[in-house]
Amino acid sequence: MSEIVLDGVTKTFADGFEAVKDMDLDIQDGEFMILVGPSGCGKSTALRMIAGLEDISSGEVKIGGETVNDRSPKDRDIAMVFQNYALYPHMTVRENMGFALKLAGVDKSEIDKKVEEAARTLDLEQHLDRRPANLSGGQRQRVAMGRAIVRDPKAFLMDEPLSNLDAKLRVQMRTEVAKLQSKLETTTVYVTHDQTEAMTLGDRVAVMRAGALQQVGTPAELYDNPVNLFVAGFIGSPAMNFMPGEINGGKLKLPIGEVDLDKLDVEGRRDGQVIVGLRPENFEDVEVIGDLKEERGITFEAEIDLVESLGSDLYAYFHIESEGVQSDQLADIVEESLDETGAGEIREGHEQIVARLDPTSKVKRRETAQLWADTAKLHLFDPENGESLRQAAKERA
Amino acid sequence: MERSSRDYALWTIAIALVVIFALIPVLWLISISLKPPEALTDQKFIPSDVSFDNYKSLFEGGIDDSPFIKPLINSIGIALITTAISIVLASFCAYAIARLEFPGKRVILAGALAIAMFPPISTVGPLFDMWRALGLYDTWLGLIIPYLTFSLPLAIYVLVAFFREIPWELEQAAQVDGATPFQAFTKVIVPLAAPGVFTAAILVFIFCWNDFLFAISLTSSDASRTVPAALAFFTGESSFTAPTGSIAAAAVVVTVPIIVFVLIFQRRIVAGLTAGAVKG
Repeated sequence: MSEIVLDGVTKTFADGFEAVKDMDLDIQDGEFMILVGPSGCGKSTALRMIAGLEDISSGEVKIGGETVNDRSPKDRDIAMVFQNYALYPHMTVRENMGFALKLAGVDKSEIDKKVEEAARTLDLEQHLDRRPANLSGGQRQRVAMGRAIVRDPKAFLMDEPLSNLDAKLRVQMRTEVAKLQSKLETTTVYVTHDQTEAMTLGDRVAVMRAGALQQVGTPAELYDNPVNLFVAGFIGSPAMNFMPGEINGGKLKLPIGEVDLDKLDVEGRRDGQVIVGLRPENFEDVEVIGDLKEERGITFEAEIDLVESLGSDLYAYFHIESEGVQSDQLADIVEESLDETGAGEIREGHEQIVARLDPTSKVKRRETAQLWADTAKLHLFDPENGESLRQAAKERA
Repeated sequence: MERSSRDYALWTIAIALVVIFALIPVLWLISISLKPPEALTDQKFIPSDVSFDNYKSLFEGGIDDSPFIKPLINSIGIALITTAISIVLASFCAYAIARLEFPGKRVILAGALAIAMFPPISTVGPLFDMWRALGLYDTWLGLIIPYLTFSLPLAIYVLVAFFREIPWELEQAAQVDGATPFQAFTKVIVPLAAPGVFTAAILVFIFCWNDFLFAISLTSSDASRTVPAALAFFTGESSFTAPTGSIAAAAVVVTVPIIVFVLIFQRRIVAGLTAGAVKG
């Protein structure tokens, strides 16, 4: 058994900065756990504390039931894949992969056997006698994985292992990593800032922000029932749309229409301002859905600013007149996406909304379209602290 | 394509000019060293009859009578000892500066730079007096100490620059792989640092090997006089012949070890072994 338990783990740096705040996390034996969050959220620090590369300021880390706080990395029996692979440049692929076994005093024939076995798994057999400098990015990445798997350790720790690969290779390696992990059934902690990676790879995903754990759950739980604005905005691509709403006497007033609150399991139901979220796929072209619009949801008119057709999907961008939504949790996400794409559009008094429509939809740019929104899928958040007001999310938290 | 082949041609010409400019004096020196005394002034670049008499005269009379063997031993000994001490000390210092945050780090670097900038000539006078008082005048130690003073800053600078380039994540990777800190250092960091250490060692060795100022000022006999200083005391066959031929021969002999050194290690220096350690 090699479950990993973090119990109240905190990391305070010498300058007083708290990188990880009182983190509790149970990672079960054989589980693939993803730590995800924007850069600087403490996810890598948390991983490095599990590895033993970073001291633990307070709290306890247990691997396989034993407290490892005071053990050096070499005594924790874990293998780590680094973001830049950290291959030993003066050693061949074979030596790189066998280095840990050699240090452990395993005899030569056994090392050769294990290295060749791992090389077969990773399709590296013909490269065993080459140096890392002569390998391509994808091959180096596989060597780094190979170095981890020959050890048969208690756990794999991976620190953004795919972020240095180009987009196509990343998708390919992603499935390979997933296959490898399910075959080996070794407990894995995987750090990434890419929510797509998190959603596709993980058995469970832990979302972090500013050193604090926000929500831990399966990808579906995070997607359907985010506990707060941050998780709602971070998980999902394109991101969830947000708009201001007002609860008044059992009715929820939105820029696109009015909803009866009885249909939503909203907790408390105090009158006042709320932030409302709705995912792009919960919109549809009225002409496409037909009867469904009568059962639930609201229809509204919108002037389409832009249409992106990807063949399988069609994204329609439109805007609604509103004051906009203010929340520091969302500001974190916007900053991150600005950093990554270098683009971002903020217009005063307008809120940009993305709708994912059926590809047969006939909506056109600069024309007014009849759209439908599935109000059963609305997410409501407290504008003060960003927490979800829906019961289902409350219960998960 | 046309553009790049023209660039290539221009570069080739430029490099050829530089190489010719640098090599002609050396070839000239070799030419002189191979001429008999009476042909020295024949104004021929290629000697009409080659003679090795100048080289023979250097080593004539064995260790006691030869004007060259004892200085050669002094040069090799002093340069090697200085290089060894300098590299060991500079490695420790550079490692600390590259890896650790400690108060006074900038002061050490600034101090090293200041010493490297200091004109050696201004230390010669005081050293001469001090060394005579301390009994270090005309000893190996008397030269090794000032050489260390001026070679340490050089070695520290080269090594700091080099150590900073080493991806220290490799050390952590080794620790996760089960290495003790000492193993991580010897099996991963040292092999990567080796080219930098060789570079620094060669620079220090050449500095000591070439020095004339301290060698001429702080020695008085073959007990510690190094080759560059000894060349100045060469005598001709008679009091009327200049020792040009033997000086040229000696210059060629002392140049050879440096060339061999650099040729052996240049691949290690240039190789840039770290390529491919991290994403490239």
